[in-house]
Amino acid sequence: MHIDNAGLDRLARLARLGLDDGERERLMAGIESVLDMVSALRNVDVNAVLPMAHPHDAQLRLRADAVDDCDRQAALEQIAPQMQSGLYLVPKVIE
Amino acid sequence: MSGLRFADIAAWRAAAADQDVVAVARTMAEAAQPDLNALISLAPAADAAAATRTGALAGIPFAHKDLFCTGGLRTTAGSRMLADFVPPYDATVAVRLDQAGAICIGKANMDEFAMGSSNENSAFGAVRNPWDLTRVPGGSSGGSAALVAAGIVPFATGSDTGGSVRQPAAFCGVTGFKPSYGRVSRYGMIAFASSLDQAGVIARHARDCAEVLDCLAGFDPRDATSVERPAEHFVGACDRGVQGLRIGVARQLYSAGVRSEIADCTRAALSELERAGAVLVDIELPRLELSVSAYYVIAPAEASSNLARYDGVRYGHRAESARDLNELYSRSRSEGFGNEVKRRILVGTFVLSAGYYDAYYLRAQQVRRLIAEDFARAFSGVDVIAGPTTPDVAFGIGEKADDPLAMYAADINTVAVNLAGLPAISLPCGFVDAMPVGLQLIGPAWGESQLFAAAHAYQQLSDWHQRTPSLTAGAQS
Repeated sequence: MHIDNAGLDRLARLARLGLDDGERERLMAGIESVLDMVSALRNVDVNAVLPMAHPHDAQLRLRADAVDDCDRQAALEQIAPQMQSGLYLVPKVIE
Repeated sequence: MSGLRFADIAAWRAAAADQDVVAVARTMAEAAQPDLNALISLAPAADAAAATRTGALAGIPFAHKDLFCTGGLRTTAGSRMLADFVPPYDATVAVRLDQAGAICIGKANMDEFAMGSSNENSAFGAVRNPWDLTRVPGGSSGGSAALVAAGIVPFATGSDTGGSVRQPAAFCGVTGFKPSYGRVSRYGMIAFASSLDQAGVIARHARDCAEVLDCLAGFDPRDATSVERPAEHFVGACDRGVQGLRIGVARQLYSAGVRSEIADCTRAALSELERAGAVLVDIELPRLELSVSAYYVIAPAEASSNLARYDGVRYGHRAESARDLNELYSRSRSEGFGNEVKRRILVGTFVLSAGYYDAYYLRAQQVRRLIAEDFARAFSGVDVIAGPTTPDVAFGIGEKADDPLAMYAADINTVAVNLAGLPAISLPCGFVDAMPVGLQLIGPAWGESQLFAAAHAYQQLSDWHQRTPSLTAGAQS
């Protein structure tokens, strides 16, 4: 699988990763080599095999629909990089 | 002090009656840090209340891999992204060890977000192997393994997504235990690949791993994948012996990549167990060779999803003066993540993206089932499966830095266990090039007890796990 500059840009955009010029070549080669390695999967007959997403094929449990004490605002404010009046601050998104 | 270095939990417990053993461990850890770089953070000195603790591990010092959230104590996951992250809560693993009375002396170095097999991918520098400071300790729980191998603590926590407890245990000549998926809560364990991640234990003795697992195991409603099962007594299982135990030996675990001297060490260990009454049975794991490919699709896919949470907004690294929201995301992530993490995020993004999902991710999940079915078939005729943990001994620092695929390929004997959600243990079983060799025993799901029986029986017959490295002057002080 060949990954070109446009392909890398697309992945980086999807992953919200900014890439320096200095790391692009190495990353393209790295991604290509991993994809080449995993190409062995193509030769396996997986006809009628169910995909396995959980090692014990278990369904995730749902919590009881009950009110509990889940107000962690004060603790979460402590670890937020920028916060004001109980709100996370981000660059302006509406002109 | 020297009397406690390399001691087991029982000896630390006995010593705790009349000396401050936590201070002893802290002093050894500080002295060894320039050589090993095994800790990212040292915990504050224990308060006086520590001396009055009760519980199964009362007063025993240990280290947490630095991806278990510890409230009030920095938790970095080996990443610049979390270099200043102080969690507002404790992982369940941390809570249970605290309830057992154990005392965390610090947070062990690790590959960034547990991605790596050498501990060279840490934002806090490489960890060095106590047996040879020019070699890697393995990864990703390399700091945990190095601390136990250097005799600084009797046990340390780890996490195992593709071998990250067992492989560093093998490289450092200690015992590493990975439980069945769902046995130990993942709550508060910083996620890498959620369907593969499982907390584990590294100690010198299998019996000590069992003792710690007795404290950690059990249902946790806060982890949606935690499995509710009747309590078991793993320490008690250690004395069951191996009379009649059927040990499966798969030729696929001895593939061409496994060095012959490594294979010889593990075969000698199996012969010891056979003489003690175990029965060796040839088995087949025909799809094992596909496990590295399936793993390196599934694990990056899950990682790309899990690591999407690091956006510079809620916690973790935030880029300065971003002009808009997208730039804030992309620059915060670019500055916060290291090379290996970026590569895996991008691979994971690729295999999940439109047009490639079926060919890569879905197919890898189908192959995952075939691999799990191979294990299930094998376990219809045997109690445990045995083979080398790793194809070779620890390699030199920097030796494989430019060839990540060579490191991935060396995960061949460990990753399949995670794909199938099985328990497994790595035990010291010899030396090659003066470096430790690991024997891996794999159990069926929830078969921890028979693993501990076999592992402890082997450690009664051998003394490889009691061999100790001759540390440099700094580490011995």
